[in-house]
Order: sequence, then C-alpha cells, then structure tokens
Amino acid sequence: MSNGPFALWRWEMLWSDKAVIFDGFVTTLLISILALLFALLLGVIFGLLGTSDRKTLRMVNRVYVEFFQNIPLLVQVFFIYNAFPFLGMRWSSFMIGVLGVGIYHGAYVAEVVRAGIHSIPKGQFEAAKAQGFDYLQMMGYIVIPQTIKIILPPLTNQAVNLIKNTSVLATISGLDLMYQADSWASQGRLSYGPAYVVAGVLYFIICFPLASWARWYERRIKSREHIQLSDNAKDELMMMAEDVL
Amino acid sequence: MILLDHIHKSFGKTEVLHDVNLRVGEGEKVVILGPSGAGKSTAIRCVNGLETPSSGSVFLDGIEMTPKNRISLVRKHCAMVFQQFNLYPHMTAMKNITLALVKLQKMSRAEAEERANECLDIVGLREKAMSLPSQLSGGQQQRVAIARALATNRKVLLFDEPTSALDPEMQGEVLNVMLKLSHEHGKTMIIVTHEMGFAKQAADRIVFIDGGLVTVDSTPDAFFNDPPNERVKQFLSKVLY
Ligand SMILES: Nc1ncnc2c1ncn2[C@@H]1O[C@H](COP(=O)(O)OP(=O)(O)OP(=O)(O)O)[C@@H](O)[C@H]1O
Ligand SMILES: [Mg+2]
Repeated sequence: MSNGPFALWRWEMLWSDKAVIFDGFVTTLLISILALLFALLLGVIFGLLGTSDRKTLRMVNRVYVEFFQNIPLLVQVFFIYNAFPFLGMRWSSFMIGVLGVGIYHGAYVAEVVRAGIHSIPKGQFEAAKAQGFDYLQMMGYIVIPQTIKIILPPLTNQAVNLIKNTSVLATISGLDLMYQADSWASQGRLSYGPAYVVAGVLYFIICFPLASWARWYERRIKSREHIQLSDNAKDELMMMAEDVL
Repeated sequence: MILLDHIHKSFGKTEVLHDVNLRVGEGEKVVILGPSGAGKSTAIRCVNGLETPSSGSVFLDGIEMTPKNRISLVRKHCAMVFQQFNLYPHMTAMKNITLALVKLQKMSRAEAEERANECLDIVGLREKAMSLPSQLSGGQQQRVAIARALATNRKVLLFDEPTSALDPEMQGEVLNVMLKLSHEHGKTMIIVTHEMGFAKQAADRIVFIDGGLVTVDSTPDAFFNDPPNERVKQFLSKVLY
C-alpha cells in the first residue's frame, strides 16, 4: 500500500468519515453568518460615529478601529480564550468565533461604512438639511441608500475575509471546518494531504463566488456611475474593494 | 421677514463675514452680488442654518434661530436651490419632489404627486417626472431642483448661483423660470448670482457684499446706472465686459 500523502486509501478513508468534515463546514458557516451580522452591527454604529461632526465621537471610532485592526486576530482570540477565564469570563469557542471574529471584522466594516458615507457628495447632506430633514431622516432616506450600493463590493470582500479568518478557531478547538479537518487527520493515519485539500476546496466554494460577485458588481457600478462620488473617497473605497487580506 | 443681525462668521482663524446686517421683507426679491470669495454663499447659507454664525443672530419671522429650533424653522420657512443642483440621484424627479412633502409635510402620496406635477408644470418638465437626475440635462436638473424647492410651499426661496454650473445655452431656461417666480408676489427670494441681466429684471434690491461686509444696499436702478462707489464700478466693469 502506497504511503504517499495523497494515496488513494487516504481519500477513501476521508470519504467514509465525510460527516465529520461536513459538521465542521456547517459550524464554519454558522459562525461566519453570526459573526458577519455582529460585524455589520458594530461596523454601522462605529462607522457612523466616524462621520460625526463631534470630535469625541470620531475619536471613539478611531480607537475602536485602530485597536482591533492593528493587533493580529490570533492574539485577540488567544487572549479571549486563555486570559478571559482569569477575569471570570469563560467564552465557548463558538462564542469567541461569533463575538471575537465579529468585533475584529467590525473594525474593517466600520472603515468601509465611514469611507462610503464620506464618498457621498457634501451637496447631498446640504440638500437634505436645507429641506429640513433631521439626522436620521437624512441618513435613512438620502445618504444610506446611496452608500449601500457603493459599499457592497468592499463589504462582500470583508465577508470573504471573515469566513477565511474563522479558521483561526482551529487553534482553540473551534469545531470549525479547519479544526475538524486537522483533528481528523491527526487522530487517524495522518492523512493531512486530503484533509487540507478538502478544507481548502470547501472554503474556496463559499469565498470564490462571493469575491467574483463583488468584482462583477463593482465593475457594473463603475461603468454606470450615476452616483457621483468625490474622488478621494472613491479611491479609498476602490482600494478597500480590492484589498482581500 | 428675514433678519441677519450683526453676523460674524469665521472658518478656523479667518473671519469671512464681518458684521453682516440684512433685512429682507416678505415678498421681496433681493439679489446679492459681489466678487468671488466675498462671503455671499456664507451669508445666504446662514439664513437656513447651513452655516452657523460665530456671533450675531438670524431671525425668521421674528424668531431667533438656535441649534434646537433650526430644523423646525427651516421646515416652516426656507427652501434652497444650489449651484450643483444636489438632486437625490437615486430618486426620480417625482420622488425628489415628493420626499419632503410625504415625510415632512405628511401629505398623502396622491396629494404629494399632484403638487409635484403642478410644480413640474411651472418649470415645464411634467413629462420628465419619472426620469432619474442622471437622465436629465443640467438645465433640466436645476429646473427639477427649483420645482422641489417650490413644492414645499415655503415662503423663502434661497438661490446660490443657480446657473453658474450650467453651459451658457442652458442658463436661459433656468433664468426664465426664476424670472417667472420673481413675479409672484408672495415669495421672498434671495438670489446670489453673477447674471447682471437677471438681477436688473428680477431684483427689488441689490445687496453688494465685498470682503465680508454689506457695502451697498440699493435699488437695481441706482446700482447699475449710478454705481455708488469705485469697488462697484470695478466689479461691474469686470462682469459686464
Ligand atoms: N467651509 C469653509 N471652510 C473654510 N473656508 C471657507 C469655507 N467656506 C468658505 N470659506 C472661505 O470663506 C470665504 C467666503 O466664501 P464664500 O463661499 O462665502 O464666497 P462667495 O462670495 O460665495 O464666493 P464665490 O463667488 O466664489 O462663490 C472664502 O475665502 C472661502 O475660501
Ligand atoms: Mg459662493
């Protein structure tokens, strides 16, 4: 029997244990969706703070964004997993996945939201104010509907990053796709090759269509461009859209 | 009635309005002229609170504008037309006009659309009701913006260089609409413009702002035929020839 990393019997063994991998896949999807919702919630709140006229509110945005963007996700996850219990907070890996990864990506979403709102020409805010709309009406009827269209591509890329980044949960027994693939391989006959390939393919199957859609949609709005964006903000957004970490 | 009372306005350390005083009676058409950078926009934007004076007060019908009552005062009194039109690009002309009617003035959709059609008639664009701003020429966009300002039925219409962003061949259509409005007695209009021909025909009063001050406040006749000072002569010779 061949003992190569991709020997046929290894694939057969994986196939018969496919439920384990599938389990991880479902967990990864579930964590991703919940973390994404949490990231969106935080991102919208902190993104709006970042566009405030008030300096203190903008400071709150900066502190949140810079703190979570500039410390590796792995450090944050380890900290919650290993240090929080000493503070009397014991979060399950699932919770760390949803909340920890959500908070981390919320910082990126906040930047996307902030840049998106900044890209709306000042004249739109002024027209709304001159008509007598209050802040929430201005945002709800006029600014956000225009913002959503242009931030959808960079937001989708954030979703892709988030899905891939849930794989750090493998390091804290997260029961996610990467964890299941890895532990399956290490507990059996070290069939790491097929396990990682299958995990990679499964991540790819979710992420690639999302990223492709984002690229397609972005090209489409670029070509139509009936939303006039201020130039700086446009550059900033395009960079974010292309930036797949 | 509008009163700008000892308005000072600074951006950072530079003061751009030094003690501006202006009284505009109900139904008056006031044209503001002045060189570039003089503070015309800043002054007119104080009227509806787009700029907050560093000191001094704005009164609308005797009520002093404060951060608290700005929105309700503006809803009651003011509409504005901008140099860059500032239509909402994601809404049709109709929607642009009806939004404030439905959301702020609590009209039913049907009432609002009827009112919008009336106003589109006034600017001659009823057939463009379902167009998006991007499907309209600059002149048409500005006329929709005027219809949007008219629809809310506010007494004061503010115009900040409404034709400056337009190609010359489109300026006429917008100026004609504005001229038509200026013959309506009830509307108070404050218009910042560089169109001298329009100023002569439409204005009850010319206010000349220069270096952050109102330096002249006179009838169009006196202003154009017997310029009150050297600065005005200089200004007129530059814009007319
Ligand atoms: N938001 C701002 N921040 C800083 N400076 C400003 C701001 N708005 C206007 N200014 C300055 O204030 C002065 C007056 O500007 P304003 O726009 O009121 O002039 P204007 O008379 O309308 O000129 P124009 O005919 O060019 O429109 C200018 O020097 C301008 O640079
Ligand atoms: Mg101006």
